[in-house]
Amino acid sequence: MQEYDVIIIGGGSAGLAAAIEAYKNGCEKVLILEREKELGGILLQCIHNGFGLHLFHEELAGPSYAERYLMLLKETKIETKTDTMVIHLSKDKILEYVNPKEGYVKVKGKAIVLAMGCRERTRGAISLPGSRPSGIWTAGTAQRYLNMEGYMVGKRVFILGSGDIGLIMARRMTLEGATVVGVAEIMPYSNGLPRNMKQCLEDFHIPLYLSHTITNLYGKDRLSGVQISQVDERLQAIKGTEKEFDADTLLLSVGLIPENALSLEAGILLNNRTKGPLVTQSYETTVPGIFACGNVLHVHDLVDFVSEEGKKAGYFAAKYCIDNPDLMEETIQEPITVEAAKGIIYVIPNQLYVNKLLEKQDFLFRVNTPLQEATIIIEKDGMLLKTIQKKHLAPSEMEKVTLKKEELEGIRGRLSFRIFAKGETV
Amino acid sequence: MKTEMICIVCPMSCHMEIEQAEDGTILSVIGNSCNRGDSYARKELTMPMRMLTTTVAIEGSLHRRLPVILTGEIPKEKQEEVMKEISKICVKAPVLYQQILKQDICDLGVAVMASRSMDCYENE
Repeated sequence: MQEYDVIIIGGGSAGLAAAIEAYKNGCEKVLILEREKELGGILLQCIHNGFGLHLFHEELAGPSYAERYLMLLKETKIETKTDTMVIHLSKDKILEYVNPKEGYVKVKGKAIVLAMGCRERTRGAISLPGSRPSGIWTAGTAQRYLNMEGYMVGKRVFILGSGDIGLIMARRMTLEGATVVGVAEIMPYSNGLPRNMKQCLEDFHIPLYLSHTITNLYGKDRLSGVQISQVDERLQAIKGTEKEFDADTLLLSVGLIPENALSLEAGILLNNRTKGPLVTQSYETTVPGIFACGNVLHVHDLVDFVSEEGKKAGYFAAKYCIDNPDLMEETIQEPITVEAAKGIIYVIPNQLYVNKLLEKQDFLFRVNTPLQEATIIIEKDGMLLKTIQKKHLAPSEMEKVTLKKEELEGIRGRLSFRIFAKGETV
Repeated sequence: MKTEMICIVCPMSCHMEIEQAEDGTILSVIGNSCNRGDSYARKELTMPMRMLTTTVAIEGSLHRRLPVILTGEIPKEKQEEVMKEISKICVKAPVLYQQILKQDICDLGVAVMASRSMDCYENE
């Protein structure tokens, strides 16, 4: 069985960054496994621009952002296998893959990096009522058909969900000649960036129905129409508020879920909130030597942060396979829990090893509701550690807080993050 | 006359207020946190500009479409016209990253450029 230093599962933005960083940090045998025919991941179908503002200080199209990483990859001796599907991963870091050239192969990695990305939630995931004709797609599938394979999936389109993918597809379908009759969002606020609200909906006079959801679908072979209704504060449809639209196509932009079938097979524990692995500050999962980064860990809104996370996971994976991991076991103590308290959906990392504190430790989190003028409160073992004022917070925008080593030193049990909204009493 | 506007230059999303004279002259822009907001507000009220990305047909490669981007922004209302013109382009693999596929599209002074490279590929 062939053995590698680091094996990366997934050749998208997280995997590419992880592989390059592991290689730069002294790992000679690095392997990327990718199920598509080429590397680059979901960036290749995101042909719109706006990627790379943080990392490259310019606005790139998705494929251009991938191209930059592929150029960096070419300067290395990293081995890549495309058209390759990993079918099994075990906790002793042996994985099995298949591809048309080699058939079935078993390989072992001293360290593994999970970078499988995420999946779109489907009609089944949100229990959409109504008939089951063709013409109902997840927005990303329609995007792939249109941008890579050259097929229009419909002519009169309705979109459910106001996340950025849905908004981007509203503009894309309109520019290609389709009519987008409306976008419905169950929440009272949009989940997309204001710039996408403006450039993708307002510019093309596409109506947005906030606090609305789909209550019926019509059509036998092909979708013929959708019915939407207003919802109350508990997100239940209100009778008598129904509106109907003729549409042959429905695009769903209703959320993404980390793709963790392989992680579960390896016995890795997942976080209930993120649906991704529980990780320490080294991006190490609950199985030693297996690391996770990018959308398989938690769903990001900016690819720049995915690359940044991939880079960190790649660094720690390299460190793990170069330092003798068996010696490291001895120093392992009980980790500190990082808690997402009131107003916060989750915090990454979930656990901190006090003996491995970094000089600067980043914490990534999301709030559960949009807020103006709020305070982030960080508590160390129940005592106030830090407060941070924020003008504006939203669930669709990931927040980052950096704590210094000396601020965290001496912690014994729990680091807690919560939100204090304006006007709230203690 | 006062116009309210949310800046879309970056994710800060500043709420801006623009005051215009009767003839349309911009008197003041307030609420922006940086200069980019000021220039965006002025352009948005006089001649709104947008970046355009789309795809063109490609032969002899793994995919049937090649993603493209313009080398600069174009007036918002020209998007449809430019889309029509770009749809006439058909290229052959290989194509290089940032290769210019058509100069001066619709006489707007910007070019159509490949946003990735695409090699030759023989489909079995």
